[in-house]
Formats: sequence, structure tokens, C-alpha cells
Amino acid sequence: MTTRPPLPAHPRLGTRLAYWLQRALRPRPGLRWLSAGIEASGVARPLFTQTERVTKQTLFGCRMCGQCALPVTGYVCPMGCPKELRNGPCGGVGPDGGCEVYPDMRCVWVEAYERAASQGQAADLRLLHLPIDHRRWGQSSWLNYWQGRDEELWTGGVGP
Amino acid sequence: MSLRDRLRAGSFAVTAEISPPRGASTAPVTETAALLRDWVDAVNVTDNQGSNVRLASWAGSLAALHAGLEPVMQMTCRDRNRIALQSDLLGASALGIRNILVMTGDHPKFGDHPEARPVFDLDSVQLLWTLRHMRDQGALLSGRPLKPPPDCFLGAVENPAAPPAEFRAERLGKKIEAGAQFVQTQFVFDVPAFANWMAQVRDLGLHQKCYILAGVGAVRSRNALDFMRDKVPGVTVPDDVYRRLRAVPADQTAAEGARLAAETIQQLRAVDGVAGVHLLVAGNEQAVPGILDHAGVTAGRAAHGR
Repeated sequence: MTTRPPLPAHPRLGTRLAYWLQRALRPRPGLRWLSAGIEASGVARPLFTQTERVTKQTLFGCRMCGQCALPVTGYVCPMGCPKELRNGPCGGVGPDGGCEVYPDMRCVWVEAYERAASQGQAADLRLLHLPIDHRRWGQSSWLNYWQGRDEELWTGGVGP
Repeated sequence: MSLRDRLRAGSFAVTAEISPPRGASTAPVTETAALLRDWVDAVNVTDNQGSNVRLASWAGSLAALHAGLEPVMQMTCRDRNRIALQSDLLGASALGIRNILVMTGDHPKFGDHPEARPVFDLDSVQLLWTLRHMRDQGALLSGRPLKPPPDCFLGAVENPAAPPAEFRAERLGKKIEAGAQFVQTQFVFDVPAFANWMAQVRDLGLHQKCYILAGVGAVRSRNALDFMRDKVPGVTVPDDVYRRLRAVPADQTAAEGARLAAETIQQLRAVDGVAGVHLLVAGNEQAVPGILDHAGVTAGRAAHGR
């Protein structure tokens, strides 16, 4: 699997709007039915996946791991961390909140904490993210999410 | 008495650190272990520290064990995927290495092979969770059974000084939830800041679920001081500490560094919830007896009366 190397990205979507969209687009029967239809179609699925890729790359620096953690990380992508840490920051964060590997960029987890806390969602960061499935790189995580296949990504029962 | 038993008994524990050699011999580890075994309860054997290739952590741990000093085998997520990590735990347990310290690991960028591919298949929380699962459920991540399952005492690291400060105690909580039974911290130079973090740790009740060993460093030269301040990720040397160590003549830096370490140990020992100290002295192990003597701490074989 060749993917772009991880690079911290500053989200281009406002925090409040991101959480509003989360509520508007949470999984429900209509979306489950729609996403199952898209997934079954040889034409619609690649088109939809490409749309997701472009949208999330632009907004979050998404690398298409296919197992989106954004809803519980203040909409800052943890896969932009050079160590791809999904459970919080490493011990190398600079005193100014800079990334250990790219000191000019902010640690994605420092930013995730600030954004989540600003909306009263800091408790999301306590969730324990389980090891990811590397076979899912390149897949649409939206289709997985709406069909309830993301439920095992983290423990703790709290979620979007 | 093992590190686990000493901590359970509520005795103040001391661990130190050995960096295995760059070469195909365990002799340097054996020598250092012989020096330290009367003074410390266990010794960490680093896993390619700073992303520099060294003798394998399991081999160094085995050498320490044979030299009569209990090892704490460090395991980073940088160089191995979940297959190799699980296999290494089985190997370590089979060889009698019980203490495993799990950490994310420095990025390859900082070491002697900056062009290497970083692995980071699991992060430190996920690795703790995996190892605990192997021990308690007797199964691999895949679900396949282990006969017999490994026996291990699981440790984690934390850096109380690094941002986001509000999240550091909770992050330790997450590691404990994942399986951490003890934690060793990054260098503590700023004791009041550490005490603040410990207050958050106590508020969450974490000191009752996990033994906390505070990291103490002994600066041995001006170069080492500058390197620590400017080059080691996540380490902050406060200005007053820096000035104190610069104020003495260059040939006195090591002695002053050892005095500072001993004083820091005494201060940390007074902090409620601190179960011991971890001496970050790799390469400067000779300083350990003097520091502990000055701090009035007895550990290792001397304390066990062997």
C-alpha cells in the first residue's frame, strides 16, 4: 500500500460547523439504505469514494485510512501525526505545542484537545482506539460509518 | 524480591537504565548490571534508544537477568508491527523477562537511520492493550489461543511536562485502562510542575491503580546539559536548573548534577502517590551509588538483604 506520508494538517472546517454536520449526518435508516445502494454500485462507489477523498483531503489532510476517527478527535486527523498515533500525543510535544518531527507544525493532538474542549467534547479523547485494520486503506469510511461498521473502532461506548 | 513485589509491598522502588552496546557483545551490559545490582531494584534495557541501532533489548535484558539484576525490557512501536511485537512478548516471557515497558518510541528522523520506514502499526496504548489481552485472555489479537499465555508486569511512560497539560493525567488513565501497572516518567527537573500533574493524577485516583516512578536525570557535563535542553524531544530544562548547573566550573558539572539528582529524589519522595524513582543515567551508571547514598535511599540487593 503506498500512501502519502503522514503530515500534521490544520483542519479547514470550523469546529462548531463540524459538530453540527456530525449531528446532521449521524447514521440512520435512510442513510444506511442509501450507502448500501452506493456500495453495491460499480459506478457510484468509486465516484462517491473519490468525492470523499477530495473533500476530506482538502478539509482535514485525510489520507484515506478508511476508519475515520475525526468525530472523536475534535475533527483533527490523527493519521496526520507522523507516528499515526490514535490515542493521544506522544511525549515529544514541544513546550509551544509543536510536533516533535515537524517543530514548525502544531501537534495534531494539542489541536484536537483544544477543538474538542471548546465544544465540551474533551471526554471523547479518553476513548480507547483499537488497532486499525490496514486492509481498509483507500476505502470510503463514510460508507462504513453509515452502515455501522465503525462501531468497533474504539471502546467505551461513547461515540458520535 | 521482584520489582512487582517491592512495589506491591509499598517500598520505595528504584530503577535505572542501561543502553545496550552498538556491537555483538553483551559484556558491557553484564558489567553495568554488576555495578547496579546492589543499588537498584530493576534496570530498563532500552530498545534502540533515540532510533539508533543497538544490541536488541531482549538480549540485553537476558544478560542483565543472568548477571543477577532484574530487567525491564523496553518495547517501542517504531520498528515492529503487531506480529513481531506479540512474538517478542512470548519470547521475553519464555526467557524469564517479566517486566515490559511499552512506549511509542522516537521517530527514525532522530537516529542513525533517518531514511528508515517508521512502522507505528500499533501505538503505545494499543500495544499495552494487546499485551494485556495476551496475558489475561491467553490469546493473540487474532483470537488464536496461547499455550501457555505470557506472564508479564506491564509498564508505560508519560511525560508530565509536555502539552496539552490538561490531558496528560487523563492520558495516563487511558494507559492504565489499556493495561499499564506501573509508569515511569520522562525527566523531572521542574518538581512543582510534576507535583501539579500528580495532583491531577490523585484526583483521578490513578495512583491507586498504577505505581508511579518519577524520572530523575543526572547531568554529567555542560554538553549533556545543552543536548538535553535543545535536542531531546519532550524534555524541558527550566532556567533555574540550567543556571545552577552552568554556575559551577565545567569539571564540577557532574558532581553538581549528582547533587541536584539526589535533592530531586528527596523532593519527589515527599510527593503523595510517588512509588519510586527511575534514574535516567544511561552511560553514567557509576553515578548511581553516590546519588542514592546522598538521597538516603536504599534499594536493590542491599535493601533485600541478599
